[in-house]
Amino acid sequence: MLQYVFKRLLGALPTLLVIITLAFFLIRLAPGGPFDTERPIPPEIAANIERAYHLDQPLPVQYGYYLLNVLQGDFGPSFKYKDHSVSALIAEGFPVSLQLGVFAMLLALLIGLPAGILAALHQNRPMDHAVMAVAMTGITVPNFVMAPLLALVFGVFLHWLPVAGWDTGWKSAVLPVIALALPQIAYAARLMRASMLETLSSPHIRTAFAKGLPMRLILWRHVLKGALLPVLSWLGPATAAIITGSVVIEQIFGIPGIGRHFVQGALNRDYTLVMGVVVFYGALIILMNLLVDVIYGLMDPRVRYD
Amino acid sequence: MRKLPRLFLALCLTYAPFSIAETVLKRGNGTEPETLDIHQSSGVSEANIQRDMFEGLVTEDAFGKLQPGVAEKWGISDDGKRYTFHLRKDSQWSDGTALTAEDFVYAYRRALAPETASDYAFILWPIAGAEAFNKGEQKDPSSVGVKALDPQTLEINLKTPTSYFLGMLMHPMAFPIPKQAVEKASKDWIKPENIRCNGAYCLSEWTPQAHVKLVKNPHYRRAAEVKIDSVYYIPTEDQNSELKRYRAGEIDITYDVPSDQIKTVAQDFAAEFRNTPYIGTYYYALNLENPAFKENPKLRRALSLALDRDILTEKITQAGEIPAWGWVPPVDNYTQQNMEEKSLDKAARTKLAQELYAESGYGADKPLELEILYNTSDNNKKLAIAVAAMWKQVLGVKTNLRNEEWKVYLSSRKQKQFQVVRSSWIGDYNDAHTFLSLFKSDVGEMNTSGYKNPEFDRLMAEAETQTDVKKRQEAMEQAERILLADTPIIPIYYNTTQHLVSPKITGWEDNVMDVHPTQYLGLK
Repeated sequence: MLQYVFKRLLGALPTLLVIITLAFFLIRLAPGGPFDTERPIPPEIAANIERAYHLDQPLPVQYGYYLLNVLQGDFGPSFKYKDHSVSALIAEGFPVSLQLGVFAMLLALLIGLPAGILAALHQNRPMDHAVMAVAMTGITVPNFVMAPLLALVFGVFLHWLPVAGWDTGWKSAVLPVIALALPQIAYAARLMRASMLETLSSPHIRTAFAKGLPMRLILWRHVLKGALLPVLSWLGPATAAIITGSVVIEQIFGIPGIGRHFVQGALNRDYTLVMGVVVFYGALIILMNLLVDVIYGLMDPRVRYD
Repeated sequence: MRKLPRLFLALCLTYAPFSIAETVLKRGNGTEPETLDIHQSSGVSEANIQRDMFEGLVTEDAFGKLQPGVAEKWGISDDGKRYTFHLRKDSQWSDGTALTAEDFVYAYRRALAPETASDYAFILWPIAGAEAFNKGEQKDPSSVGVKALDPQTLEINLKTPTSYFLGMLMHPMAFPIPKQAVEKASKDWIKPENIRCNGAYCLSEWTPQAHVKLVKNPHYRRAAEVKIDSVYYIPTEDQNSELKRYRAGEIDITYDVPSDQIKTVAQDFAAEFRNTPYIGTYYYALNLENPAFKENPKLRRALSLALDRDILTEKITQAGEIPAWGWVPPVDNYTQQNMEEKSLDKAARTKLAQELYAESGYGADKPLELEILYNTSDNNKKLAIAVAAMWKQVLGVKTNLRNEEWKVYLSSRKQKQFQVVRSSWIGDYNDAHTFLSLFKSDVGEMNTSGYKNPEFDRLMAEAETQTDVKKRQEAMEQAERILLADTPIIPIYYNTTQHLVSPKITGWEDNVMDVHPTQYLGLK
């Protein structure tokens, strides 16, 4: 098992290198640079700035320096937010994004899974249709529509919750977490329903029914265990979806997480900040997928690590 | 009955904390500040915060007008090139140490040092020796014409008499910085634990993308009159979200108002909506290197005359902008200039435009084809569509629109890859020079059109060295008339600024510079 984890981590290194390389050159391909402003600056001053940030050196040299620094865990200074290093910005923003993501994921599972189970048990009856209709709406309404709507209703009209910001404790988290979780709740519910139905019709469940086992026991011991496996493998992509969703949600609710740095960084051509966030996200998604695979193996005896 | 006094006392005690509670102001501030280091930033969001934290030799009052700051008085030599500032004796940093002329010398040298890599350093170039030192041609920092004669006296020598120099000193680039703190902490001097301020407030905490919190500086000279204890500057990049936060009472003053909602906001918040002329002009620059426009002033003029600015501002932008027939917006010591045809009625202007268009070699059988470049925004798009429609209707010009994301647009503009480009210019100081100097032939990229006229250059050079206010004004006015006659640009409107200001705020004064230091504000 440990050997497997080690092998996977080793395999992740080339992936990360590819991510770094692509991101490094792609962001520089975009027209315009980090120090272009509405007001053009005299060439001598531009030269001062380029020297200060080593932008005057040839690209391969810059790339080499960047790799060396990343190996030492240093993402460099932010080009735009000059008082902060990229590592400091990520360190400050990540706990916020993490809270947002973890709560959204929990919410998705706590509501989505029971809803899916309920729908499956009442297949083709009003309860099923109701849950699926709500889920379909959840998937089709994008969160950049849902988020301002929630803010308008619960913040501006009802005054129950703050409209934006991250400085009023749990209250500021409610709306963004809901907005971020909604599409995932819907996915979880649909996935759970489908996989429940499939498991319910499999031979070993029929056998269990034939043996006269009580419904509760069949559900808990036999159906859920099998039905949860596809949901488990969905957790990997769901994490990625929550991370990318968080980029939008943080922007709308003015939340100081790293998703916002990613958007602003790209728009500002803040090369180092974008690179830092990309590498960080890349590593995070690789780790999450690994984690899911390990848990999968623990739950499904058919999986072997060799 | 005996219980009553006790009850009263209890009530008083319960309410006491409210009566001495600190007054807190929450201001929407546009983008997240790049940095608070005065030598590294150039944006409006940063300047708003820096003006609260630092005070220059001169400063602004609640109306944005110049008044003495750290210097209580000053003298100007007869040739207009030597300024002697006398600093207040009790000037202090927020830790109680004395602020001296040496702090200014240190600040200006740091601003200009090539290693500092300050993008706005050129604003100090009127100082003797500043440009050469900034460009690295001269290595000795003492070659910069700023000297501390004694701790309370600062002498600044200029390259040429620069009549807007005092106004320029209100810019954050000309603020002092605490020499000791900067030398000790180097780049980190701006962190809350190291910083010293000399303004009404000082930095207390900064959570990127959440807020910058400033608290009152007890050592500030006007501390007794400063009413608000702490102020939060909140980044509000998304204007719609900012408006929602204002409506929910989470922000007291907005940075802006979404342009598509100005009409409803003006109705719903009539008493709180502030729409004020701003020192800026929105214009279309014509690329004079483009064969269509090169040496074809008649065509340029026809395009300008074909635009009905009243419709563009009343029906399209709808934010109370002022239609522009000239380049320089209303500024001090200057009579606004206009294109001659401003006085004509619309029919006469249209006829003239058509005649000029025909004379320049175009017509129904040979229509002009143009492309307008603008940076992606609803406002720019609506305006470009309307302009294209007017050109089509009046002259029969075929116009394509090209929108580009901000940095891409800047790069195209820099490389002159456009025929017509939308631009706007916001003045650095309240003087016509900050507008007219854009069209001198030697300013490089800033001259978006690539305009060159020796007579214009001569008049500007005259204005720059003239010490007589009246003659200087005349030279600049004449220069603008030449510029307008040559038509390298099509001015469209003079900008306005929009804010929502909560009714509980006192001391807010609308002004053309759009500066509103917190020290003049109060909370009811």
